[in-house]
Amino acid sequence: MSEFEPVLLANIGKEDSHTLKVYESSGGYQAFRRVLKEMSPADVIELVKASGLRGRGGAGFPCGMKWSFLPKDHPGPIYMCVNADESEPATFNNRILMELDPHQVLEGVLIGCYATRATTAYIYLRYEYPLALKRMQGAIDELYAAGLLGKNILGSEFSLDIYIHRGAAAYICGEETGLIESLEGKRAWPRIKPPFPAVEGVFRKPTVVNNIETLACVTHIAARGADWFKSIGVPADPNNPRDAGSYGPKLYCVSGHVNRPGCYEAPLGITCRHVIEEFGGGVWKGRKGKAAVPGGISMGLLTEAEWDTPLDFNSLAKVGCLGLGTAAVTVMDETVSMVDYLHNCCRFFAHESCGQCTPCREGTSWALRMMERIKAGKGRLKDLDLLLEIGDTIGIIPGTTICGLADGAAWPMKNAIRKFRDEFEDYIKRTNPNGYMETKPVEALEVIGLH
Amino acid sequence: MTTETNVERVLTDEMVDQIKAYIPRYPSKQAVVLPALHIVNEHLRYVPHQAVVEIAELLDLAPAQVQDTLTFYGFFKQDKPHGRTRIWVCRSISCALRGGEAVLDHLCHKLNIKPGETTPDGRITIEAAECLGGCEFAPCMLAGEELVKNLDADSAAAYVDGLK
Ligand SMILES: Cc1cc2nc3c(=O)[nH]c(=O)nc-3n(C[C@H](O)[C@H](O)[C@H](O)COP(=O)(O)O)c2cc1C
Ligand code: SF4
Ligand code: FES
Repeated sequence: MSEFEPVLLANIGKEDSHTLKVYESSGGYQAFRRVLKEMSPADVIELVKASGLRGRGGAGFPCGMKWSFLPKDHPGPIYMCVNADESEPATFNNRILMELDPHQVLEGVLIGCYATRATTAYIYLRYEYPLALKRMQGAIDELYAAGLLGKNILGSEFSLDIYIHRGAAAYICGEETGLIESLEGKRAWPRIKPPFPAVEGVFRKPTVVNNIETLACVTHIAARGADWFKSIGVPADPNNPRDAGSYGPKLYCVSGHVNRPGCYEAPLGITCRHVIEEFGGGVWKGRKGKAAVPGGISMGLLTEAEWDTPLDFNSLAKVGCLGLGTAAVTVMDETVSMVDYLHNCCRFFAHESCGQCTPCREGTSWALRMMERIKAGKGRLKDLDLLLEIGDTIGIIPGTTICGLADGAAWPMKNAIRKFRDEFEDYIKRTNPNGYMETKPVEALEVIGLH
Repeated sequence: MTTETNVERVLTDEMVDQIKAYIPRYPSKQAVVLPALHIVNEHLRYVPHQAVVEIAELLDLAPAQVQDTLTFYGFFKQDKPHGRTRIWVCRSISCALRGGEAVLDHLCHKLNIKPGETTPDGRITIEAAECLGGCEFAPCMLAGEELVKNLDADSAAAYVDGLK
């Protein structure tokens, strides 16, 4: 571990790290130039497949495999949508890459578009990142001026345009088909799949959707090779045919009750405790830890006793979490009430549900209403079972919704109540001594923050 | 779509040119809806119904198509402009754990408005935001284009006092 040398953050900290000049001074765009000269698009797809790179946007889908799903010999156009919507609470690694090393990302976009024969890339950038917008646009302008974007790049057959498309503060635009609908100028209602975007995506054409960090990894795979990438991280579990391994470096965000919140790079598979203790400098104010969000709030909750779980694609399900998500850790110290934590999560998802699927729209809004009531000292023990019933029945995994937002809404409820049931029961009994056994319907409170 | 001649147009030539410049970027004019809404919003600080009609004209859409998209995003106001500075105060988990909700409450109390409202002098709009992606600086808020970091109730109030 001590020998691990950061690659994704290697330029960050240098003066003017966002400029083409500084990026090229440390070998920037050499990998792209070599790919363009020496490799066919199919070779690049094979290279990325061989590296074992899995998507960093949350779902962890193998990147090379996704690219190979594009129809062969399609007359085009093929589109690349770069997912820079980064709205999962506690996640900011994409922002850091875009603000401080945009060319590292754009080199990955160039290589990815060459591999997939995409001729236009749209960077769907969340509205809340004005500095990232400035830096990414500045970097794109530099590339056009240097002949690295536009028609017949470096005298090759390869042409590419990159455009930034700004979002408007809606989490659901990060879901790949919500993103596509939003890009098309419509409400960001995720599509029923199949067809998957690779077959029919934006403007009804084959489309690749990739996350910012995934594409930054592509840059380094092209520069250093698949074997190098595969030498980092956690190999696939031979006893689990569904584990595709967790290879490569990863950006871990840590925030909440730690001494040194920030974004740190490490091989996939370090433990949550390592992120908290070594990177985050431990729980703040000398307090004890109580729980942590492992990868954005959608992934659920780890108790302090579970902090030794490795943060890779395979391990989090073993402790009941949804997955690695964005590898963004939020730490809660011993003073935090799980009622407040769950209320905060429920409010987020009730606010961000797009409203298409009844289980998600109604489930998230009723979960918030119940949490408001519990928080206000009018909770019933029965509410905990109702919340679990919602949690167990909404989402792609139980099969009742179109997109994974509902799974993300379900996991905090399921994990918090199952892992901290006593605390919820005590809170309800203590704050509602005369009413906690009530089972008849009770009135809802006025809820702030619901659509 | 024709508009009555006595209706005052709200899109200036500059806005129209900016919107038109986006059209070649996409294979469909409808894809320009969001950029167009942003352009109008940057100039007017809201997107009144008449602007929706004019955007629709420019993009060969029915006004209802533009309105449909607009209303999906809680972002674009239609009744009156938002304040000269629009402030998004984060209330998501990492900020909430470090006092984000107290920052929001304090600013609302100080300015005597609720989240989503604008001060009567048109100076400031306060919005409750979900994670701004600045969690290492929690609690934080986005004021116009500036991410204001590591706040507490007092420093947030002092920042707001300094706004024109
Ligand atoms: C509700 C929801 C929100 C999402 N938000 C993001 C996001 O902000 N950024 C992102 O890259 N992926 C997000 N994803 C995952 C994308 O759907 C998609 O899997 C990803 O962008 C693919 O890129 P990758 O394979 O490179 O990870 C989200 C998924 C869901 C269900
Ligand atoms: S699961 Fe929720 S967010 Fe996803 S499409 Fe259905 S209603 Fe929308
Ligand atoms: S939780 Fe506030 S910026 Fe992320």
